[in-house]
Amino acid sequence: MRKLSLAMKREERSFWVFIAPWFIGFICFTGGPILASLLLSFTEYNVISSPKFAGISNYSTLFGDRLFYKSLSVTLYYSVMAVPFTVVTSLIIATLLNNKIKGQSLLRTLYYAPSIISGVAVSFLWSWLLNPQFGVVNSVLYDWFGIQGPGWFTSPDTVVPSMVLMQLTASGSTMVIFLAALQSLPKDLYEAASLEGASAFVKFRKITVPLISPVILFNTIISMIGSLQIFTEAYVITKGGPDWNSYFYVYYLFDTAFKQFRMGYASAQAWILFLLIFALTLVSLWGSKKFVHYEYDSK
Amino acid sequence: MMKASTSGRFGELRPIQKIVIYVLLYGGVLLFAFPLFWMLSTSLKTIGEIHRVPMTWIPSEIQWSNYKQIFIDAPLARFLWNSMWYSAVTVAAVVFTSSMAAFAFARLRARGSLLLFGLVLSTMMIPSQVTLIPQYLLFTKLGWTGTYLPLVIPAFTASAFTIFLMRQFYLGISKELDEAVKIDGGSHFTMYFRIMIPLSMPAFATAAILELISRWNDLFGPLIYLDDMTKYPISLGLANFTAAYGATPWHLLMAASLIAILPLLILFFFAQKYFIQGIVISGSKG
Repeated sequence: MRKLSLAMKREERSFWVFIAPWFIGFICFTGGPILASLLLSFTEYNVISSPKFAGISNYSTLFGDRLFYKSLSVTLYYSVMAVPFTVVTSLIIATLLNNKIKGQSLLRTLYYAPSIISGVAVSFLWSWLLNPQFGVVNSVLYDWFGIQGPGWFTSPDTVVPSMVLMQLTASGSTMVIFLAALQSLPKDLYEAASLEGASAFVKFRKITVPLISPVILFNTIISMIGSLQIFTEAYVITKGGPDWNSYFYVYYLFDTAFKQFRMGYASAQAWILFLLIFALTLVSLWGSKKFVHYEYDSK
Repeated sequence: MMKASTSGRFGELRPIQKIVIYVLLYGGVLLFAFPLFWMLSTSLKTIGEIHRVPMTWIPSEIQWSNYKQIFIDAPLARFLWNSMWYSAVTVAAVVFTSSMAAFAFARLRARGSLLLFGLVLSTMMIPSQVTLIPQYLLFTKLGWTGTYLPLVIPAFTASAFTIFLMRQFYLGISKELDEAVKIDGGSHFTMYFRIMIPLSMPAFATAAILELISRWNDLFGPLIYLDDMTKYPISLGLANFTAAYGATPWHLLMAASLIAILPLLILFFFAQKYFIQGIVISGSKG
């Protein structure tokens, strides 16, 4: 092996000094815990007595656990609705904003602004907007149209769709990413299409969508990963109800770990979630091959 | 605007198309802004008026006293103060330590640096639930639960996302400046503190704002580690706001919710450029 020059040695030493905080954190708070979590998932551990090796019993119990299937199906149901809803609405808004219009940057700001506030305050806000008796939505439905509005968060059938609806004002960052991608598209293609008399819709279908397909894929995956980890909304608004219908996967994990202190079982749940996210991401990447075009590089 | 060609991004728009787009966009903004308006409106009504049929859009008598009431009913000032110092410390810590690592990955040559950067990227894909339980057990062993230490200390070890974001920025800074420092005999520390930090203020601002939003809104971390109400940040404090009442006092809850998000809204008003920049950079790897 060649000996490193003094300057290179110095550079290498500096490199390690600069990455030291991250590296220590990686060992203590990421890498170490990942391994520990995997090991814990094969044990029974209630924090008080020491962990007992349990083989694959956590996993086999999990696959017979009705609440596991309930929380998983509720979460997937939410995800299947929330992801297309977020991606499609934010793409529509971004496309509309990408026209030559007055006040474009003001509009972009106004559409984005509601998404910076998330979590508890927004959950309470929606819980009030969609309150069955006194909420503004049901009041308007009744006063203007004579329709008796649904129970929203209080009814087993509408609780998950209500959580999806909440995401409407949370899609600002997805919209900003789409808008940035749209603004980097080459104009000449659109001009050529206009000359041939293509309608706005045809241009959108045949030019815009293929060209920004990598960004659509990116936003879909990010939004999917986020949707599978939904917790705060259910914790604040419904406590998982009514009748377990918003008892999302992470909510169950939270209860297992921090209410029942079954750390081994909760670790197994975490690993199943990780594998699920990983698998769904791979499937999205693989399944989108036909639809995603990388030949035009927007960077 | 002075050019003869008036074609927009998608070519010429017919007047009718233009009208439709304006109606949709401005109508949509009303829809997006409405929840916030309703929060404000509700927060200024009496309990009687929020239950009145038919409902009123604007409070018939503005109840500023609601805002006094919530600070009496719950230690909101305390919650806000906790959130502020906690966010300030963690944001500063995350951004600074991440920028150090980002500088190393962007500028310094070392064996294994690519592999380590790959490790940074791959940790971004692991859901936090996987590391959550061992972290909790570690902090319990250290006797840190019930304090802010489990929330604050990891912030001093950078975040993978912020490293990625800042590295993108550093790659765009000309290397000529580095060379100048080298020729002058300056160390890598001089390079980082004298050249990189002053030049990367926009990146610092962007990264800081993204981190701040997530810290301010985070419920899960404080929920797990904090048990003493006087230590609650605003997210957890607000989540428990209704516990003291029998029926939900929606007018007060909306006032408290508005107070909880007001600092972010004010910050957004002054620094919206950095908010949007951060989103664009984080999306550009797609």
